Amino acid sequence: MLEGMSAIEVTHLTKRYGDTVAVRDVSFAVETGEIFGILGPNGAGKTTTVECVAGLRTADGGTVRVLGRAGGDRELRELVGVQLQESRLPEKTTVGEALELFAAFYPDPADWRALAGDLGLGGKLKERFGRLSGGQQQRLSIALALVGNPRIAILDELTTGLDPQARRDTWSLIREVRDRGVTVLLVTHFMEEAERLCDRIAVIDRGAVVALDTPAGLVDRAGALRRLRFRPSVPLDEVLLTDLPEVESVRQEGDRIEVTGTGAVVQAVAATLAAHQIIAHDFRVEQDNLDDAFVRLTSRGNGA
Amino acid sequence: MRTLGKLTAQELRLFRREPAQVFFTVLFPALLVVILGAVPDFREPVGALGGLRIVDVYVAIAVVMALGSLGLQVAPPALATYRERGVLRRLAATPVRPAALLAAQLLTNLLAAVAAIALVLVTGRILYAVALPRQPVAYLVAFLACAGTALVLGLVIAAVAPSGKAANSIGTLVFFPLMFFAGLWTPREVFPEVLRRISDFTPFGAGERALVDAMTGSWPAWDSLTVLVAYILVAGLAAARLFRWS
Repeated sequence: MLEGMSAIEVTHLTKRYGDTVAVRDVSFAVETGEIFGILGPNGAGKTTTVECVAGLRTADGGTVRVLGRAGGDRELRELVGVQLQESRLPEKTTVGEALELFAAFYPDPADWRALAGDLGLGGKLKERFGRLSGGQQQRLSIALALVGNPRIAILDELTTGLDPQARRDTWSLIREVRDRGVTVLLVTHFMEEAERLCDRIAVIDRGAVVALDTPAGLVDRAGALRRLRFRPSVPLDEVLLTDLPEVESVRQEGDRIEVTGTGAVVQAVAATLAAHQIIAHDFRVEQDNLDDAFVRLTSRGNGA
Repeated sequence: MRTLGKLTAQELRLFRREPAQVFFTVLFPALLVVILGAVPDFREPVGALGGLRIVDVYVAIAVVMALGSLGLQVAPPALATYRERGVLRRLAATPVRPAALLAAQLLTNLLAAVAAIALVLVTGRILYAVALPRQPVAYLVAFLACAGTALVLGLVIAAVAPSGKAANSIGTLVFFPLMFFAGLWTPREVFPEVLRRISDFTPFGAGERALVDAMTGSWPAWDSLTVLVAYILVAGLAAARLFRWS
């Protein structure tokens, strides 16, 4: 793979349905071997965006390039596996039949029995789709996205309907898939999922990318606050801390001190304490998580 | 071709998993012949039927009924449900075109129709000595034209129906009047003149006429084949324009 060649490149994508603008301006690039997340509130344009990448919809404007080919190129259908939101199979199709059938669609399919085993469906091959639990149906849908041995897997709302254990199992499966060299494009509205699974995340709101970064970067970018709590070994003059540029506020409660600040506030406070030979007991750091960052980055935080 | 075969095999499996459907489309037409042929009067030649017996005519009507129920009542809800459940859209994301599933579904119904018709012809022959088609080639042409008409009309229903349930209702609503004109309740051969002329221009009226012609040894009248081909072309065009994949 050439250096700098992205697996997916979306540039100024726009898509309208009648008068409704679903995607206003979305640009991002997914590098090969990455797990890339698209995060956003409901109706933000996430699904439309990935459907344009998958070639299921034609963009009204902008460009989509996937593995060096124009989006919608038929060859891509052999190279990109898709798990669609709200796509079901015929009620009376069995798990084994669906996997075998889909495997036959691809030139170089995965071993569908092994795949079913990886996804915990090994004992369900003869079960009909209509009799599977929601989680099992979801896992089958993921298996069908992977059965063609794709170079890119597009997974829309991957773990919706899964219980916490199944969700974690699915995450480790996605990591394994990535470790096999598959690039993963993931749509989600679960913060925890994005934070734990994704290398980078594009936050989409009202049809546009509002932030694109690593999960930690997003938290920083959103002006994340860090909160420190400690008990100083000797009484402490607050001014020592409020003078630090990183510190926003200091609060004293009995012998405890709570400091909030941004950026390298932890290091700054620690250095100041050390310089004054103050020992901090019960030193605790709390940090905004992606959840807080997300709310601040999207319309939800603006009361919309 | 390989994927079409796989898809058709799967559609056939799904077809077999609907016992009521198998009964009404594959077995019931033959059963109708058994029941009607059991009436002694229906086994006497009738002047108005050009010397044919009622049971002879009903062998053709049963064939049309099998095609009608498969084309109008089985295929449309199946296809509309596939669209409703996102099966066609899911297929569009694979190397296989969703049209292949459509083709597989139609092929499945055609195969079911062949089974139903073989049963009808064999039952009529064995139980009531109904002559097998005297013009097999003409019969095949009439059968294919009639099957094509039924399936293409079904495609139009699948195209306009918003859901599987709606397709089911529309299919049933269309099925009964069309079967009336095919003579299911009274053979069209004994219709009043005006009604018969109208029937000649309905899909299954023309179909029944072509099948009876071929059965009795003549090539179907050109106007009945023309009517069928016209339906296939017009409805086919409409289906191609109206069909939505998602």
